Amino acid sequence: MTNSINGIEKSNCIFIIGSNTTANHPLVSRRVMRAKEKGAKLIVADPRGIQLSQFADVAVRPKLGSDVALLNGMMHIIIENGWHDAAYIEERTEGYEEFAAAIRESTPEKTAEATGVDPEDLYRMAEAYGTAKAASLLYAMGITQHVTGVDNVKSCCNIAMLCGNVGIPGGGVNPLRGQNNVQGACDMGGLPNVFTGYQPVTDEKARAKFSKAWGCSLNAKPGLTITDMIPAILEGKLKGLYVIGENPKLSDPDWNHLNHALQELEFLVVQELFLSETAQVADVVFSASALAEKEGTFTNTERRCMKFEQAVKPLGDTLPDWDILARLGTAMGYPMHYNNAREIFDELSALTPSYAGMTYERLGYDGLQWPCPTPKHPGTVYMHKDTFSRGLGKFHPITYQPPAEKPDKEYPFSLTTGRMFAHFHTGTMTRVSPHLDIEQQDGYVEINPQDAGKMEVKNGDLLTICSRRGELDVPARLTNTIDPGTLFLPIHFGENPANILTSSDAFDPLAKIPEFKVSAVNVRKAQAEIVEKTVS
Amino acid sequence: MKCTFTPSICSYCGTGCGVLFETIDGRLNSTIPMKSHPVSQGKLCIKGWNLHEHINSPMRLQKPMVKTFGRFINTSWDEAIQITADRFREIIDQYGPDSLGVLVSAKMSNEENYLAQKLARAVFGTNNVDHCARL
Repeated sequence: MTNSINGIEKSNCIFIIGSNTTANHPLVSRRVMRAKEKGAKLIVADPRGIQLSQFADVAVRPKLGSDVALLNGMMHIIIENGWHDAAYIEERTEGYEEFAAAIRESTPEKTAEATGVDPEDLYRMAEAYGTAKAASLLYAMGITQHVTGVDNVKSCCNIAMLCGNVGIPGGGVNPLRGQNNVQGACDMGGLPNVFTGYQPVTDEKARAKFSKAWGCSLNAKPGLTITDMIPAILEGKLKGLYVIGENPKLSDPDWNHLNHALQELEFLVVQELFLSETAQVADVVFSASALAEKEGTFTNTERRCMKFEQAVKPLGDTLPDWDILARLGTAMGYPMHYNNAREIFDELSALTPSYAGMTYERLGYDGLQWPCPTPKHPGTVYMHKDTFSRGLGKFHPITYQPPAEKPDKEYPFSLTTGRMFAHFHTGTMTRVSPHLDIEQQDGYVEINPQDAGKMEVKNGDLLTICSRRGELDVPARLTNTIDPGTLFLPIHFGENPANILTSSDAFDPLAKIPEFKVSAVNVRKAQAEIVEKTVS
Repeated sequence: MKCTFTPSICSYCGTGCGVLFETIDGRLNSTIPMKSHPVSQGKLCIKGWNLHEHINSPMRLQKPMVKTFGRFINTSWDEAIQITADRFREIIDQYGPDSLGVLVSAKMSNEENYLAQKLARAVFGTNNVDHCARL
């Protein structure tokens, strides 16, 4: 997030696109509701009718993967009506002329055709966002998990800069991160092309710095992303994989393809709390300690680095992840000796400019928001206050491109995936939690009653869904919150793994993020004999 | 009976709500919201209120395991670490460092992520490090 969770309450208009906030970030949606109580306008754009749509001033249900068209259409109206912030554009940005010329093409009529959004609603959205003093844009995986993921994010930045909403309290472009420390994992160099604090591995100076600190020479070639690792295994280039606290068998696209790849590995090590689907196929499984059994820090979606402490002894013969990693490094001939997490934090903060001013003492229980470069720096509540990281903010003219798979005769439905309120990601943690499990024990697929009616399907009947990758059976849930021709399948349930259906070939060329949010599928009532088999 | 409250951060989504783990006689008993926390301001969602349950689950792995002839056998840490170190070393010697990959975790701490990429880069000698930010 460029801004903070607290800052949402200072906003005059909140625009939520591609985030089911009440289900996935409930304590962020609370701030949205508080802002609304204070008079802020709320705009929701989501292909499903989500809970927040009911409270919105304008709620629209654009077609899957039409975000760029929708945002371009809004910007067209904003510029036509002069709601853009000319002084901000002049002072803080570049590339506006070229961008504005491209936007002229995105007329409300064309936008309506691409998105299915009524021009009148589009006008109301543009007016609410464009005329607000400070408008905050919130998004999640509904924006990023597309072949045009990077384009979608750039379009969000375009609209925010157009209206002068970056670098002010209550504004911002605010991605809501789905995992508790996904921000921290990125900050700490858990990416193939950067060390900690986004220092590129291709940069000689950065390499020299880490080389000196770690006392070894370093590889200058950027590594493989998770999306590239799977084909690399199949090509015989990647032989060994060390998976820590992840369950790619459920979370990665195209299950059958991945399963095949994991079998090809010479050596697979999985470090886990549970015998997850991925751990089951490992050669060695490391039993890790859980959250309450260790200390450390997490960095949340608003860049706040916060400390957690040890409450109980590690269970059985488990070890904290850092201890396992240090033992493995040492056994491989590179001594790693740490007495506690704090010693590791001191080492990493010395190497990471945005964390350089942080210590365990300073973090306290409130934490600090990076950048925090010096020991006296108070942390950064909102970013890009006077200048962008690159100096001037750059407008990128973006042309709308449809999703990789469009519905056709053979696969007439569009399938989208996501989470539901009681469960988390692949369900390894929530499905073993009795009070969460009881909320939803089985997988389901949401289907519009019109579509269900045509197939004579009632609530709970088993449906067979197939895509070009595979097929699965899953009980139907009839709901008007999904449009005819569209299906929604939650990702939590290993017995109906959504990623049997998704494609590993459709991903954003730059970010390598798979297009989980749109797959073409067909659906039919499951055959009677299949039903019997499942019941017995 | 001894009751303690330990500050922690909810590990479900990226919001980062402040929680207190309540322990009674060394047993993790419940999760309650931290009243003064700047993010969550004393509130939690259904997942947060039940955060301790997955930690107390009887399904938790309790020992490192090695697969022998298709079946998992419980083993000691020394053995599990040594087998892994030897196999990784063999693969590096035979195919080069870029034949190994590490998937770090968005559920691990900053310290652990730092150490995991350090292991990949300094010990294995590869930049094949990624995690599920995209998934």
